Amino acid sequence: MGTLAIFLAAFFVGGLICAIGQLLFDLTKLTPAHVMVIFVVAGAILEGLGWYDPLIRFAGAGATVPITSFGSSLVHGAIEETRHYGWLGLVTGIFEVTSAGISAAILFGFLSTLVFRARG
Amino acid sequence: MSVSSGSSRKSYTALVDTMRPAKPVLRNVLRAFWVGGVVCFIGECVEEFFVHAFHFSEKTAGNPTVAIMILLAVILTGFGVYDKISQYAGAGTAVPVTGFANSIASAALEHKTEGYVVGVGTNMFKIAGPVIVFGVVAAFVVSFVVYAYIRLHG
Repeated sequence: MGTLAIFLAAFFVGGLICAIGQLLFDLTKLTPAHVMVIFVVAGAILEGLGWYDPLIRFAGAGATVPITSFGSSLVHGAIEETRHYGWLGLVTGIFEVTSAGISAAILFGFLSTLVFRARG
Repeated sequence: MSVSSGSSRKSYTALVDTMRPAKPVLRNVLRAFWVGGVVCFIGECVEEFFVHAFHFSEKTAGNPTVAIMILLAVILTGFGVYDKISQYAGAGTAVPVTGFANSIASAALEHKTEGYVVGVGTNMFKIAGPVIVFGVVAAFVVSFVVYAYIRLHG
């Protein structure tokens, strides 16, 4: 696939996932927290079925930036780790891949309180 | 005086539903689509940057990309820009990982006045917490099933 195609795929697949989220916001009585939880669980299930990796290969950041990739990465890390540690890997591997995201969110979130103050 | 009875409350909510203006669903979905698409497009640009400038592989570039997207979202949240975009884009800014970062940063900032431990520390994951809790539980169940399947059939 050409380099340009992956940018287009990222835009369309990422946009589509967000559009599904908006439909859930508008057409159901689910709260945003419920929708986020549904997306993470859906990502985990898709990864378990082996369907999320092909989506990442096709759409790049269009699949890795939406929150569904958080669920997918949790499963990915756990299954990878079972290769070395067997059943124990299910627990030790869960945050293997997502560590960067969680750490960055906590770190930058905390640092922001040193610099900024609440608005509005 | 009694609190409104069940039936009149039901008819009241039914009445409110008829008066409430229809949600512009199509408009909201289009907004979420194009803004969400742009966020992922920016993510792809960051990822390509890591691949070409720092020689990450397509696979390992994902982690620093997510970290940069989170940093950008936190900065925009601090300046109050992210929440302005959210009002327009809805799920377009909520569904990407940047929305996760925004929920952490805005909860932290909102409770800053209550102190760093009780305010910031306690409330940081007020909104993002359920995502992590249900993500981990679901991931454990799914990977348990997958690993059990591998053990039985592999």
